[in-house]
Amino acid sequence: MAIEKMQRISLSNLERNFQEVEPGLTNQEAVEESNRCLYCYDAPCIKACPTGIDIPTFIKKIASGNFLGSAKTIMSSNPVGASCARVCPTEELCEGACVLNASTKPIMIGNLQRYATDWAIQNEQTLFKPGESNGQTVAVIGGGPAGLSAARELARFGYDVTIFEGAEKAGGLNTYGIVSFRLPQKISYWEVEQVEKMNVKIRTNTMVGRDISAEEITNNFDRVVLAVGMAHVPNLGIEGENLDGVFDAIEFVKATKDGELSYDYQGKRVVVIGAGNTAIDGATCSVRLGAENVKILYRRTEEEMTAYDFEYEFAKQDGVEFRWLTAPKRIIGDENGKVTGIECIKMELGEPEKDGRPRPVAIEGSEHVLAVDAVIKAIGQTRYVNLIEQFGLTHEGGVVKVDKDTLKTSNPKIFACGDVIFGKGKGDAMVVTAAQQGKDVAYAIHQQFTVVGTA
Amino acid sequence: MADLRINLAGIKSPNPFWLASAPPTNSGYQVQRAFEAGWGGAVWKTLGDPILNVTSRFAAIGFNGQRVAGFNNIELITDRPLDVNLKEIYETKKKFPNHAIIASLMVEPKQEKWHEIVKRVEDVGVDGLELNFGCPHGMAERGMGSASGQVPALVERQTYWAKEVAKTPVIVKLTPNITDITATAEAACNGGADAISMINTINSLMGVDLDSWNTIPHVAGKGAHGGYCGPAVKPIALNMVAECARHPHINVPISGIGGISNWRDAVEFMLMGATGVQVCTAAMHHGFRIVEDMIDGLNNYLDSKGIAAVSDIIGKSVPKYSDWGNLDLNHNIVAKINPDVCINCNKCHIACEDTSHQCIDMLTDVNGKSYLKVREEDCVGCNLCSIVCPVDGAIDMIEAPRELAPMTWNDRQTALSVAVECKADVAK
Repeated sequence: MAIEKMQRISLSNLERNFQEVEPGLTNQEAVEESNRCLYCYDAPCIKACPTGIDIPTFIKKIASGNFLGSAKTIMSSNPVGASCARVCPTEELCEGACVLNASTKPIMIGNLQRYATDWAIQNEQTLFKPGESNGQTVAVIGGGPAGLSAARELARFGYDVTIFEGAEKAGGLNTYGIVSFRLPQKISYWEVEQVEKMNVKIRTNTMVGRDISAEEITNNFDRVVLAVGMAHVPNLGIEGENLDGVFDAIEFVKATKDGELSYDYQGKRVVVIGAGNTAIDGATCSVRLGAENVKILYRRTEEEMTAYDFEYEFAKQDGVEFRWLTAPKRIIGDENGKVTGIECIKMELGEPEKDGRPRPVAIEGSEHVLAVDAVIKAIGQTRYVNLIEQFGLTHEGGVVKVDKDTLKTSNPKIFACGDVIFGKGKGDAMVVTAAQQGKDVAYAIHQQFTVVGTA
Repeated sequence: MADLRINLAGIKSPNPFWLASAPPTNSGYQVQRAFEAGWGGAVWKTLGDPILNVTSRFAAIGFNGQRVAGFNNIELITDRPLDVNLKEIYETKKKFPNHAIIASLMVEPKQEKWHEIVKRVEDVGVDGLELNFGCPHGMAERGMGSASGQVPALVERQTYWAKEVAKTPVIVKLTPNITDITATAEAACNGGADAISMINTINSLMGVDLDSWNTIPHVAGKGAHGGYCGPAVKPIALNMVAECARHPHINVPISGIGGISNWRDAVEFMLMGATGVQVCTAAMHHGFRIVEDMIDGLNNYLDSKGIAAVSDIIGKSVPKYSDWGNLDLNHNIVAKINPDVCINCNKCHIACEDTSHQCIDMLTDVNGKSYLKVREEDCVGCNLCSIVCPVDGAIDMIEAPRELAPMTWNDRQTALSVAVECKADVAK
């Protein structure tokens, strides 16, 4: 037992592998760290936070022992602030902007944010009350970070909000898409619960376009917020894609969060195609399910990979191998239709493409076969084009077109936020950005009604 | 290696670091451990008629997560029989003949009581006596400690009684719980004191528990004021030492006490007139071993300054301490922000803007980079910005060109009165 405890990965207790990796700060660590914060005036960390959390204030409140006030400060600006405390690339945002980078070392803002929100979770706090009803109804399509954020803000203004969520639980990416060892589901559930306590109705297992029509929603609500995010991983477009043992990374991760962990991957060889954060998730989940060898195949190099540095580091510590300049050519199966290998080809970098990244070019004759038991696809996500068209919205390849200030779509009654408006080459699709867009949509809607009401 | 020996009114010790009369010097075992660790002297926990103590005796306040910024206690003088203490003093002195052992004494304000205790402790070979006129709690309610120490006549009379029989030097330990400590210091001198020591602890209530609403500390739900000490009291103690040191009628050596935590503090007290220092809270926080750095740091400091003996620094800053009326009204310093070092936390801006003289601007340069700048013409040289600045060297207080010749308030008043007299003369 003692030896097993010291190991990073347990083969006998997979559940342990999926426990949150980072321990939270202890009370004393939080007090010491919060006291280290300079409490800057006009602080750069606030400007670096997409949701504009008043960071020095929430940290000061930890230092003074006002944990409820601290959690409210955080969650007021960011309705998914407990999740963001864990998944934000803080070194690129708040912590990267901390003035102490220039003198000593930055404040652990993410960890302090987690400390304060954990306090609120453990102490079963209800942080906000719904505003006085104004009689207006809003339908929010999608209960992920953007949808929850829009709903929470609208409820604070007194709107009657209904969220339509296709899955069994709301929370979207936070509930199903981010690996448990980074973000346990209970954190996401708490955020959902906070929104529900604002009298927001959440209709789960309700897929718009299947269980209820777009038209019905448009007709029955004063405003609609489209926050459906993105869909499954697209096809690789190579032979063998339908073999048993080929997975969509999103679904693969979801399976580790939802229900029993599978013991089928013990001792298996897994390859993951792609090198974004979802690819890392697929790879580290495989390791934690007991896979013997996990490789990430990427047709470009370390330089171009889109995964965050800390995710890359984490994967390497988990023992994930990286095969740069390697593209899949064909997935090979046995007579039973089970994956047994993948044929790859080496690449070299050519001229830059439209997005500035060099185009990978296959090196002829460099084909080789890797013996594998599973292939996980993580080459991006497709779009809910059908649904977008059912709402009759203008879009560009499934990216809904919106007014950049108001996030209003081509239909003035419909607003969109989150990944559904996230265009290629627009930086990182972050939870925290989605949260802010949700707020922006709420303000834009409220603006419409208040302007009309007071004119 | 500088000479660290001191001679305080005839009491010699290998270095200026003594343990103050307090829990660390409660027994021979402790004092011997302290001497082994390097302490130059020890003032034995106050001897007197044995007392009874309560449990829950100490409390401390932290600051911004740092422990023991200030410390208080409601412990009384020794609770051990006098003959046990005397036996241990005798044994300790025998083992450590070159270290200073001073007996702290507190008895009722009666001549025969003082005569008796002075004789008994001198019989076992102490190097000096310290009369405890300082403890503010418990004993004061019985007319001893600070109750005596707050009345100059009582200080003088009891010092005199002690001196009537004392063969060793008598130090009078003063309480800070008084408006002007020089009054009691002078009284001690008039009573014949060979030296004075200060400060004893300050009346204090450390806190109130937000859940139980009990005092901190409390004894079965009741509290009483204690004596405050530790780093937080250092500025108060330093001022009292300096005020006595520059007083024309107080001409005895001073043993400095109050929040001394390291060699730097000790140097400050000695520059301000102390011949040696006494330490308690720092030892209670960290153990006797901290004296090693005190000695080492002091020695390195003296060597780096080319000073041969620690006694050479005693009182060197006293002439620099004066009254406000003697300060130059025309001296002019202004803040200067060094943009290369500044980390743009903007604390100086908001401190100046909200609470001082609104002279630090938040600006943006042509490249869009933020920077801070002092409008020197509006700066009053208050230092606030440089105090709140978290980065060394980001804000300097620099001397601005002097526009007028030096003039103090006292100079000015004198000049004005002369002018008035002249006018009066003219009018005649």
